[in-house]
Amino acid sequence: MRNDFTLAELVIVACADAFRGNGEVLASGIGTAPRLGAGLAKLTHSPELMMTDGEAFLVENPVPFGTRPAAPAFSGYMSYARVFDIVWSGRRHVMIGPLQIDRWGQANLSGVGAYDKPKIAMLGMRGLPGNSINHLNSMFVPNHSTRVFVEGEVDIVGGVGYNPARWQPGMNRDSIDIRRVVTDLCVMDFEGPDHAARVRSLHPGVSFEEVQAATGFPLIRPDDLGETPAPTAEELAVIAALDPRNARASVFKDNPPGRRAA
Amino acid sequence: MTATPLDKRLTAEEVVARLRDGMTIGIGGWGPRRKPMTLVRAILRSPLKDLTIVAYGGPEVGMLLAAGKVRKLIYGFVSMDVIPADPYFRKARQAGSVEARELDEGLLQWGLRAAGMRVPFLPTRTGLGSDVMTVNPEFRTVTSPYADGEVLLAMPAIRLDVALLHATRADRLGNTLTQGPDPFFDELFARAADAVYVSADTVEDQLALDADTAKDNRYERCFVTGVVHAPGGAHPTSSGPLYGWDFKALKAYAASADAEDGWARYRTTVIGADEASYQANFSGLDAIMALPMPVF
Repeated sequence: MRNDFTLAELVIVACADAFRGNGEVLASGIGTAPRLGAGLAKLTHSPELMMTDGEAFLVENPVPFGTRPAAPAFSGYMSYARVFDIVWSGRRHVMIGPLQIDRWGQANLSGVGAYDKPKIAMLGMRGLPGNSINHLNSMFVPNHSTRVFVEGEVDIVGGVGYNPARWQPGMNRDSIDIRRVVTDLCVMDFEGPDHAARVRSLHPGVSFEEVQAATGFPLIRPDDLGETPAPTAEELAVIAALDPRNARASVFKDNPPGRRAA
Repeated sequence: MTATPLDKRLTAEEVVARLRDGMTIGIGGWGPRRKPMTLVRAILRSPLKDLTIVAYGGPEVGMLLAAGKVRKLIYGFVSMDVIPADPYFRKARQAGSVEARELDEGLLQWGLRAAGMRVPFLPTRTGLGSDVMTVNPEFRTVTSPYADGEVLLAMPAIRLDVALLHATRADRLGNTLTQGPDPFFDELFARAADAVYVSADTVEDQLALDADTAKDNRYERCFVTGVVHAPGGAHPTSSGPLYGWDFKALKAYAASADAEDGWARYRTTVIGADEASYQANFSGLDAIMALPMPVF
């Protein structure tokens, strides 16, 4: 049994798996673990993914974190105007870290509390409404808790999901695909009946009951529920090359091991 | 008789003198990138008030909110990226002191495009099912007149009284170059506005360009009302490829919000009375122009 990996490395591999088999789409990982996950996916199982340098250019070799000895080789251009065009075409998969997520896969990046006077205001909706109705979306949650996975609807719906009350006849929801939610406890998806939330895999040493207790809505436990796959030596080497300064050590407080001490 | 040649040069103060209380003002750039900060600081030093600000917001939005200039804000986000949430934006939202019209980033683009195309709205799926529809209660849907019958959001045009933009180079006729990695949506702000004022790091008599460089001309001079020579005029935001954002300056701005009288002190000691004293706070123009572009 492998023990020599961190929880951050485990979730980076799980993030990478979300980008598996997506085809030629722009893979946008926002934040350390999603970005490393997208890069890992491209350098291992999904070389067809498209990716940017984090500014405005396409690269075929995912750029490592931090200062670089030389500018990367660009293979194309991806200004924000073109990002919007790609979004509306459906050829993208973005993984973000929202403030709140609900049982319908709806996401909130705007703030906590009432919209008119939120208790905590954050950035605004950014691209969530357009991303979520047009292309693949996944989420990363470093602190799995009932504060993030809320009991009712998220306070401000930016990213749309599978809540039937939000949709009228004639609105086209065919492209909505909330693919994966990767947390510090597990990997979830919305592949239950009528897009109900499921636990897809548990991180080593985590129980289903612990995940359910930290989630504000009921979760489905599949019969074949297994463990989130540990990183392979090859995956760990790719992650280390993409993150030479070990930014991944800051993904979780105290950088815990991937396998909990018994 | 010879016609008078075009000369659109103005000072930042002359631009602000043309603005009025209650105007709808679009601000170009994106977050901490290529914001017309010299023009924004001139507004901060003026008595203007009750503005509606339309932006992919960065520190300019936080500063205008802190200074009490903004009645209504139309935005997709307000963020400095390296400092994710602007503290004065957060304070204003949490106090409920600004009429906040939150949009998806792409909807903001769509609203500006509709205004530039002089149509009342553009249809899109984006926004449906989200709280964009509830926090913008005047938004309506439209049903496709074709066989599909699809119900779409009719994103209304966002017409601007004024757009304030920052360019890399400009000339006195109003020709501009917007260089750096990403032009963002300045051209849509320009086409959506009744009057457009562009600050630029350099202003020349007349641009004389090779074909490759001429491609960096993103909007036509017929849309440019005035040109302001503002070297270092995007600071503390970036003006690629000339200079990067000033992380230390952005951090100091954000930290000022921690103190009770933080904005008043920032306004006096940093924004100051004019651009020369402002730039002196950051070791002068040469130091600003030498700020490296960020790496991700």
